[in-house]
Amino acid sequence: MNSISALIVDDSSVMRKIVERSLRQAGMDLKQVLEAANGAEALGILNENLVDIILCDINMPVMDGLEFIKQLPTVVNAKGVPVVMITTEGSEAHVVQAISAGARGYIRKPFTAEQVKEQILPILAGKP
Amino acid sequence: MTPASAVSAATGDPENWTPLLEEAAREVFELMLNSSLTRSASAKQEVPGITAMVGLAGRLCGLLSIRCNRKTATLMASKMLAMEMSEADGEVFDAFGEVGNMVAGNFKNKVPGLGDGCMLSVPTVVTGTDYSLHSTTAVPAIELHLLFENLLVSIALQISE
Repeated sequence: MNSISALIVDDSSVMRKIVERSLRQAGMDLKQVLEAANGAEALGILNENLVDIILCDINMPVMDGLEFIKQLPTVVNAKGVPVVMITTEGSEAHVVQAISAGARGYIRKPFTAEQVKEQILPILAGKP
Repeated sequence: MTPASAVSAATGDPENWTPLLEEAAREVFELMLNSSLTRSASAKQEVPGITAMVGLAGRLCGLLSIRCNRKTATLMASKMLAMEMSEADGEVFDAFGEVGNMVAGNFKNKVPGLGDGCMLSVPTVVTGTDYSLHSTTAVPAIELHLLFENLLVSIALQISE
């Protein structure tokens, strides 16, 4: 797999580090990892950077993950970039909401690197 | 129907939630900290020192809190980040809050009917030794006293009426 750029969006800096570590443990070659503490910050980063995948929490202050996905089409750089939600909100309604809003995958916290790999590799490989 | 019985009717008997809360906590510690939790015979904390709180609102209203001393919280953060940490600083508080958040989220996802109808607050972490948590409800809290690396961690779920 080619090296990829990832944007990790979570209000917890510890969780952002854990997600990055999980991506590396899943065997991903990360050429760049960008971080944002909420959806608004992430939109700002995407206005100036290109990434291959976005991993995003739902419950965040300022702008939550669901609102972030809804606003994502307004960012030219984010066109077609897959979003995977990583969140404690694991109910069916939240999954449906996230997928309806445009998320391509959904990982519940707590999670393993293996679960991250299972969700993300097919998405990066371009599988539906 | 009283609020407590309304909760019971919607989501099963809260008296049966203790094993679910314990299972939720065990999974978080096993998957995110690579550590097992065991039951503690004692509930007595030397100096609690740090508490993470996550509010629940919706079909179930209440507060999940997790308490331990600063040394224990620092070890939790070290395990989560897989790096040595020597003192309880902002990163430790962040990690500890996330543990509370994940235990609360994992618990509510295990209770039938609760996942979709209950929202979580972002976690709040309180430090210090001279404080108490007072509930406005008469419903007794579900309490668990567990050992993480032989250090006491207390988890409580206070349901609001």
